[in-house]
Amino acid sequence: MTESFEPRIVGFLCNWCSYAGADLAGVSRLKYPANLRIIRVMCSGRVEPSFILKAFRDGADGVLVAGCHPGDCHYMEGNYKTMRRWVMIEGILEDFGVEKGRFRLAWVSASEGDRFAALVREMVEDVRRLGPFRLPEGTPDQATLAVAAGGGGSGA
Amino acid sequence: MPERTGKLKFALYWAAGCGGCEVALLDTDERLLELAELADIVFWPIAVDAKREHVEAMGEGDIDVAFINGAVRNSEQEEMCRLLREKSGTVVAFGSCACFGGIPGLANFFSRREILDWVYSASPSTANPDGIRPLPQHQVREGRLTLPEFYRQVYKLNDIIQVDYYLPGCPPPPNLVLEAVTAIAEGKLPPPGSTLAPDTTVCEECERVKEEKRVRAFKRPHEIVPDPDRCLLELGMVCCGPATRAGCGARCLSANMPCRGCFGPTSRVLDHGARIAGAIATLVDSQDEEEIRDILEGIPDPSGTFYRFGLPASLLGGNRRKLREGVS
Repeated sequence: MTESFEPRIVGFLCNWCSYAGADLAGVSRLKYPANLRIIRVMCSGRVEPSFILKAFRDGADGVLVAGCHPGDCHYMEGNYKTMRRWVMIEGILEDFGVEKGRFRLAWVSASEGDRFAALVREMVEDVRRLGPFRLPEGTPDQATLAVAAGGGGSGA
Repeated sequence: MPERTGKLKFALYWAAGCGGCEVALLDTDERLLELAELADIVFWPIAVDAKREHVEAMGEGDIDVAFINGAVRNSEQEEMCRLLREKSGTVVAFGSCACFGGIPGLANFFSRREILDWVYSASPSTANPDGIRPLPQHQVREGRLTLPEFYRQVYKLNDIIQVDYYLPGCPPPPNLVLEAVTAIAEGKLPPPGSTLAPDTTVCEECERVKEEKRVRAFKRPHEIVPDPDRCLLELGMVCCGPATRAGCGARCLSANMPCRGCFGPTSRVLDHGARIAGAIATLVDSQDEEEIRDILEGIPDPSGTFYRFGLPASLLGGNRRKLREGVS
C-alpha cells in the first residue's frame, strides 16, 4: 500500500514570487515530482488558516504555503501576516494531530527555481513517509458543518 | 407546521450540556407566562412529569417544536434526540452545544480512553483503588443493569438528526429566545436551516472605540483593568468578536470581558477557530519570527480558546490521532 502511495500536496503559491519561482523551475526543465497541486494566490497573506484545514479535510496529504521572502512582499507586508498566522496555526494543527512534516511554509523568490524544485522533492518525500492523511472514523461529513456554520440557504 | 386549533405543543430536552440553557428559559422572566399561554410543554425532564414512555406513545408530528440543548455524548442522548425528531414537526438546536458541540465538544481533543483514565483513575481527587469503570451492562442477582454508552466523541445535534433551526449562545439570550418563540407562534419562521440570530459579527454590536490594532503582548482578563471604552483587542486581550456571530448585544464586552465566541461563526466562515486564530495572529506587532513566537506564547492554549464552543463543528473535528486510538 505504502509503496504505491502518491501523496497529494496542495501548494498555495503567491503570484509575485513563488509562483514565478515554480514557473522558472518549469522553463528551466528542472525535475520535481508531480504530487504538488498548485493554487495561485495573489499573496501568501491571502491564505487563511481555514484554507489549510480545508485542504486536509478534502483529501490533501500535505499543504505547502509559499510566498516572497520577508521584506520582498509585493504588498509590503502580506507575507509578515502569513508568518504570524503560521506560528499560530502550527500549534493548532498539532493539536488536531496533523504531523509536522505535512505542512510547510517556505519563502521562494522568482529567481529560485532550483530551490523550489528541491523543496517540492523534499516535501513529497516527507509526506510519503508519513503516509496518507485520514480523518478518524465517524468524523461527520462536510454537509453538516456547512449547515451549522451557515444558517439559511446562504450556508457556505 | 400543520395548521391547528388550540395551543402549540413544545418539548424541551437537555442532552450533554451544563443546564444553563434550561435556566436561559427562566431568564425570560415574566414573559415565560406568555409562553405558557401560547404552548403546552408536553415534555421537559427538569420541570414536567412526562417520561420517555409518554413521548414514545405520541404520534409522529404530535409535538410542534422540540427545543434540544446540549451536545450528544452518549447513547441515551442519541435515542432521545431521535425520538423527539420523530415526534416533532420542528426541531430547534438550542444553545451552542446543540449547534456546534459547545464546551463539552472540547473533549474531542482527547480520546475516550484518555477521558475515562483521567476521570476514574488519574485525576488527583479520584480514589478508585479497584479501578472500577462504568460498563454499559452489568449482571447482578436482581437482573441486568444498563448504563448509556459513552461515545468515542462528542457530536453536535445535526450530526445525529436533522435540525430545522439553530439558536446559538451560551446560553441564548432572552431576547433571541423570545423572538424565536414569537416567530414560531406567528408562523413567521425563516426558511429551515436558518440560524435565528443576525449574520454579522460581534464587533458590529460592540460599542467600544476601535482604532489601530497592534499587539505587543497578550493579556489575560485578570492581568489588566481594561479601559471601558477601548477595543479589548487593541489592549491585548484575546477577543473572539471579529469572527463571531452577533445577536448577544455584545453582553460580555459591556462587562469588560472579551468575547469568547459562543455564538459560533457567521455564514461566511468555514472554520470558526481557524478564523479567530488568523484574525488574532495578524495583530501581532512584529516582523521577526522569534519575537512573534514569544508574543503568541502569551495566549495559553490557543486551540482550546479558539475552538472553545465549536470543536465538533471544525473542519477536522478533533484530534485525529487520539480519536483513532480510542477505538475501544
